[in-house]
Amino acid sequence: MLTLYDTELSSRLLLGTARYPSPAVLSEAVKRSGAGIVTVSLRRETSGGKTGGAFFELIRELGVRILPNTAGCHSASEAVLTAKMAREVFGTNWIKLEVIGHHDSLQPDVFELVEAARVLTDEGFEVFPYTTDDLIVGEKLLVAGCRVLMPWCAPIGSAAGPRNPSALVAMRAAFPDIPLIVDAGLGRPSHAATVMELGYDAVLLNTAVAMAGDPPAMAEAFAKATDAGRLAYLAGMLEPRDMAVPSTPVIGKAVFS
Amino acid sequence: MNFIVNGEKQVLETATLADLLQALEYEGEWLATAVNGDLVHREDRADTRLADGDRIEILSPMQGG
Repeated sequence: MLTLYDTELSSRLLLGTARYPSPAVLSEAVKRSGAGIVTVSLRRETSGGKTGGAFFELIRELGVRILPNTAGCHSASEAVLTAKMAREVFGTNWIKLEVIGHHDSLQPDVFELVEAARVLTDEGFEVFPYTTDDLIVGEKLLVAGCRVLMPWCAPIGSAAGPRNPSALVAMRAAFPDIPLIVDAGLGRPSHAATVMELGYDAVLLNTAVAMAGDPPAMAEAFAKATDAGRLAYLAGMLEPRDMAVPSTPVIGKAVFS
Repeated sequence: MNFIVNGEKQVLETATLADLLQALEYEGEWLATAVNGDLVHREDRADTRLADGDRIEILSPMQGG
């Protein structure tokens, strides 16, 4: 069981809700994924509130926990205001905190991120920070009050998979008691399995499912890979060896010549 | 009075934020509002008086990753 801010969850997959071909496909993908948490966002409403209302109704009908994000924010103050507005709409203290440093790389601005995390924690938020795999930033986010860390494994939407597994291993070792969720960069179910095998507690993904040929099927594939990776981590994996080792016992083998 | 609503200029004779939402035909409990960079809670909109030049943001849920 995964515990995030005292909430127990049976699924270790968190799913984004953007870029699906239709609301119906989004809905089906969330169901097939088994995800207990979906991420959502806020944007300027231009049609009298009706566009957002239809989407909100769709999400509410799914019966999953909502994790609003601050996507698109480039400063701590902007992210803090967006988080407060998200709490007003969605009625949750949870916030996926994104403070973007550059609009091309979408790399987090970790300085503004830490500041926003501190302010939001003081305001009663439970912060899920989208961060890098930098250990010192991770420590500062914990000091700021975060009880979950969400490092990227590759740039947002890149589908590149874990670019620096060693850094992810180091982060797992540095924060053994903190839930760690890989957020951003996962492209294939095998990527999810890989980071789960490294001991990560969960994965958060969006584009890899939403832009797949069959998003609901891909959602299920990611769910299975996530579970498989977790099970493998708990089962204890064999370390790679340089030399061959026979798997069939040689004792008692017949001698024919 | 002149307002900037979601980045667009609007000329309206509305005294409060609640009036402005009504004049622009916004409806629904899922809206979040801010005036000049400060959140205005749902229950405070009717008491929030607007001034010429105010910047108003009206946000609603949308898909996100």
